[in-house]
Amino acid sequence: MDFNYLSTILFLPAAGAIVIAMMKGKDEKLYKWLAVVFTAIPLALAIYLFVAFDRSTGAATMQFQENYLWIAPLNSYYHLGVDGLSLPLMLLTTFLGFLAVLISWKVHERPREFFAWLLLLETSIIGVFVSLDLLLFFIMWEIEVIPMYFLISIWGSGRKGYSATKYVIYTLFGSALMLAGILSLYFTTGSLSMMDIANGGLGMVQTAMPATAIFWLLFIGFAVKLPMFPLHTWLPDAHTDAPTAVSVMLAGVLIKMGGYGMIRLCVSMFPLQAQQYAQILIILALVGIIYGAAVTLVQKDIKRLIAYSSISHMGYVLLGIFALGEVSLTGAALQMFSHGVVTGLLFAMAGLVIHNVEVRDLSKLGGLGRQVPIIMAVFVIAGLASLGLPTTSGFAAEFLIFLGSYTSGVVAHLNVYTIVAIIGVVLTAGYILWMLQQAFHGPVKAKFNGVKDANNLEKVYMFVMVAVIMLVGIYPAILTDVFNAGITPIVKLIGG
Amino acid sequence: MNLALFKPEIALAATAVLVILLDLFIKQKAVMRYLSLAGLVVAGVFAVMLWGSNSPALFNNMLAADNFAVFFKLLFLGIAFLVILGSADYENKFAGFKSEYYALILLSTLGMMLMSSATDLISIFIALELTSVSLYVLVSLLKDKKSTEAALKYLLLGAIASAVLLYGMALVFGTTGQTQLTAIAQSVMGLGNISVSGNPAFYLGIVLMIAGFGFKIAAVPFQMWVPDVYEGAPTTITAYLSVGSKAAGFAAILRVFFSAFATPFTVSHDWGIIFAVLSVISMIVGNVAAIPQTNIKRMLGYSSIAQAGYLMVGLATFGLAMSSTMVAESGLLFFLASYALTNLGTFIAVIVISNKINSDNIADYAGMGKRSPLLALALTLCLVSLIGIPPAAGFMAKFYIFSLAVQHGLLWLVIIAAINSVISAYYYLRVVKVMWFNQPTAVGKVPSSITPKIALVICCLGVLLLGIIPGLVMKLAELATSIFTF
Repeated sequence: MDFNYLSTILFLPAAGAIVIAMMKGKDEKLYKWLAVVFTAIPLALAIYLFVAFDRSTGAATMQFQENYLWIAPLNSYYHLGVDGLSLPLMLLTTFLGFLAVLISWKVHERPREFFAWLLLLETSIIGVFVSLDLLLFFIMWEIEVIPMYFLISIWGSGRKGYSATKYVIYTLFGSALMLAGILSLYFTTGSLSMMDIANGGLGMVQTAMPATAIFWLLFIGFAVKLPMFPLHTWLPDAHTDAPTAVSVMLAGVLIKMGGYGMIRLCVSMFPLQAQQYAQILIILALVGIIYGAAVTLVQKDIKRLIAYSSISHMGYVLLGIFALGEVSLTGAALQMFSHGVVTGLLFAMAGLVIHNVEVRDLSKLGGLGRQVPIIMAVFVIAGLASLGLPTTSGFAAEFLIFLGSYTSGVVAHLNVYTIVAIIGVVLTAGYILWMLQQAFHGPVKAKFNGVKDANNLEKVYMFVMVAVIMLVGIYPAILTDVFNAGITPIVKLIGG
Repeated sequence: MNLALFKPEIALAATAVLVILLDLFIKQKAVMRYLSLAGLVVAGVFAVMLWGSNSPALFNNMLAADNFAVFFKLLFLGIAFLVILGSADYENKFAGFKSEYYALILLSTLGMMLMSSATDLISIFIALELTSVSLYVLVSLLKDKKSTEAALKYLLLGAIASAVLLYGMALVFGTTGQTQLTAIAQSVMGLGNISVSGNPAFYLGIVLMIAGFGFKIAAVPFQMWVPDVYEGAPTTITAYLSVGSKAAGFAAILRVFFSAFATPFTVSHDWGIIFAVLSVISMIVGNVAAIPQTNIKRMLGYSSIAQAGYLMVGLATFGLAMSSTMVAESGLLFFLASYALTNLGTFIAVIVISNKINSDNIADYAGMGKRSPLLALALTLCLVSLIGIPPAAGFMAKFYIFSLAVQHGLLWLVIIAAINSVISAYYYLRVVKVMWFNQPTAVGKVPSSITPKIALVICCLGVLLLGIIPGLVMKLAELATSIFTF
C-alpha cells in the first residue's frame, strides 16, 4: 500500500491523547477542538477506506494490509488489515469515537484528562478490529481496560468506584483465560498470524493440544465481553454508572469486540468445535435474549434499562454467530453495526434527558413530549430501531439473523429456537414502548417546564445517527455487501 | 588467572574502598554519591566490554566470565545506579552514616556480581554471604525501632537460611564428591539410576539448597521475613532488596540448577515439580495476603513474593521440559530486567512521596493525582506494569515467560498465574484509585531534587520501551542463556 491508512487511523487518536495530555492551560475549548480534530481525521479516512474497499468478487479478502516484523524471538509481526467483517466495525468505531467527543461537549470537570483517556480508548478499540497478529490483538484488547477504569470512576455517577473495579476485574479475568488460549494457539501452531492459523485449518491445531480446550479458553474471554449469560453481570453496573460518552463507546463498540473475536478467532479457527458446541451456545443465547428482555421490563432507571436491553440484543448476535450459516453470520455482523448506532443513540438521548431534566427514575418522569419534542422524536426513533421496526437498521439485522438461523441446519430444532428468540422481539417492543410512554407521554408535569430541548450541536449528531439508522434500514445492502465479502471466506472454512 | 576479565569487580571494589577512605576527609557527603555513581559507570563500561567473552573456567574453575554473567553484572550495576540516584533526598535520614550507606551498596553489588559469575558451590556461598551481610547492615541504617527489628529478623533468618543452604551444598558434595558445578553434573550422570529412594542424601541436598535459595528470592514458604523487613528497612534499601537480591538469588539458582542438576531428566523433573508447586503457593499467598495491607511497603513486599512466583514458572518450565526439547530460559532473564525497572520505578516514586508526607500508609496517598500529576502518573504506569497490562513491560515479560511455559506443557500453571494476575489487579489498582479519586488531605506539590526524578524517568521510559519494542533485550537474554548447552 502506498500510504499506511490503517496505521494512521489507528494511532491518530492515541497521538491526540498525548497532545491533549501535554497541553497546559485551562482552556476547555482547546482540548475539545483538539479532540474533534484527532477523531474527525480517522473518521474521514475510515469513510474513504469504506468507499475504496474492493467489493468485486475476485478481490483479496484482507485489504490495506501492513506487515512488518516486530518481535523476532516471539515470531510476532505488526500486521494490520481489514476485510469485509472488520471494515464496517472499524468505521463504526471511528464514527462513534467522533460522536462521543461531540456528546461530551458539556464535560467541565477535568476535561483534559477526560478527552485524553477517551481518545486512547478509541485507539485501543480500532486496534482490536484491524490487527491480524494475535499478540497485537491481545495488547489492543487489554489497553482499553485502564482508560475505562479511569473514565468510569472519575466522571461516572452512582456507584462508580464499584462499577469500575468490577468491570476491570471481570475483563481481566476473561482476558487471562484468553491469554492462556492465545499462548496455547501459539504453541501448537508456532505462529501468531491470525490469517495463517485460520487458513491452515484445524490440522495445525489438533496435533499437540486438545483443540476444545483452546476453543473454550478463547471463547470465555469473548463471552465476558459480549456479554453472554451468565457472564453478563458487569454490564448493567458499568453502563449505568459510566458517563454518557463512555456508555456510548462501551455499548456501541466495546462489546462488539466480543462478537468480532468470536467470529474471527473461535469460529474461523475452530469450526469443528463451533459446530460441536453450537447447541449449548445457542441455548445460552436464547436465555440471554429472553432473560435480558424480561429483566429490562422491570427497570426503573433509564440507563439501566438500556443497559439490560444490550444484553438482550447481544443475544441475537450470539444466536446469529452460532447458527453458523452465511445469512445468519451476516445478520450477526449487521446487528453488531446496527446495535452500535442504535444503542449509541439511545444512551446519548438518555444522557441528554438526565442532564437536562436531572431525573433518572422513569416513575418520576412523564409528559416530557410537550416540553422537549425534539428529544422525544429522536428517542422514539431510536427506540423503534431498537425493537426492530422495518425501515430501521434494527429490522434488517434481526430479520437476517432469524432467517439465517431458521434455515440453518447446524443444530437440530434450530427452527424452534428461532421462534423462541422471536418472542424476544415482542418483549423488546414491550419495554421500549413502555419506557417511551413513561417518559414522554401522559400528563404534562409542571416541574419540567423549564427543561431545555436539544441545542444545535446535539441536533447535529442526533440527526446524523438517525440518518445512518434509516439508511441502513432502507438499503441494508450498503453494509451487507461488505460484510458478505468478509463472511464468505469464513463460511468456507466452516465447510459450507 | 586472567584478572582483566574481572575488571568490573575490581573497579567496584576499589570504588567502595575509596568511598570509605575519603569519608574521613571530605565533609560534603554528596561527593560520595557521585563517586559511587562514577564507579558504577566505570564498572558498567568494563562489563559491556566483556560481552561475548566465553571463559567458563577461571580461578581454578570457581568463576566464569560469559554472557550470562555479563547480563547479570549489567543488571546489578543498573539497579545499584538507579537506587543511588533515587537516594538523593532519602540519605538525610542516615545521619552520620551516609558514606557507609553508599559503600555498603557497592559492596553488596559486588557480591551479587560475583554470585552471577560463580561456578562453584563454595564461591557461590561466599558471594552470597558478601551480599547478605552488607544487606543486613543496610537494613538497620535508619537506627529506629522498626529498622533495628527488621535488621535483626533479617540477620537471624538469613543466617538460618545460609546454614540450610550450606548443609544442602555439603550433602551434594558428599554424594557427588565435587563442588564445581559442571563436575557435579558429570558426577551425577555417573551415579547411574538416580531416584529418591536410591539417593536420598542427594535429593535432600537439592531440597535444602532450594530452601536456602528460596529464602533469598522470597518464595513461599520461606517468605516470612519479607513483610517486616520491607516495612522496617529504609525505602531505598527495600527497593534494592526487592530487585537486586531477588535477581541475584535467581542468577545463582539458574547457574546451579541449569549447570549442575539439569540432567538426567529424572532429577530435573523432580526439582521442576518442586518449583512449580512453590510457584503456585507463592503466587497465591503473595497476592491474597497483599489485599488487606494498608502500608504500601508491606503491600509491595507481598507483591514481590507473588512476582517471585511468576518467575518460578520459568524455573518449573525448564525443569519439566523433556531433554530433547530443552530451551534456555531466556524468559526469566527478560522478566528480571523488566521487573527491575518496574519495581525500582514504583519504589522511587514511593520514596519521593514518602519524603514529603512522612508516611507509608496507602490512605495518605490520597489526592496525589491532583498534587503531583506527573509523579502519580509514573507510579500508575509502574503499577500497571506490575499487573501485567500492555503496553507496559510487565505484560511482555509475562507473555514471554508464559509462552515458553505453554510450549513445554505447563498450561495449567499458566492459567493459575494468569488468574493470579487478575487478583493482583485489585490491590495495585487500589493505590491508583486512592491517588486519583480520593480528595487530597493536604495541598502543595511534592518536591524532590533532580536525581530521583531522573531515575524515575529512566525507569518509566524503560518500562514503556520494553513493553513496545522488547526485541533487543529478548535477544540479549537469549544470548545470555545460550551458554547452557544440552
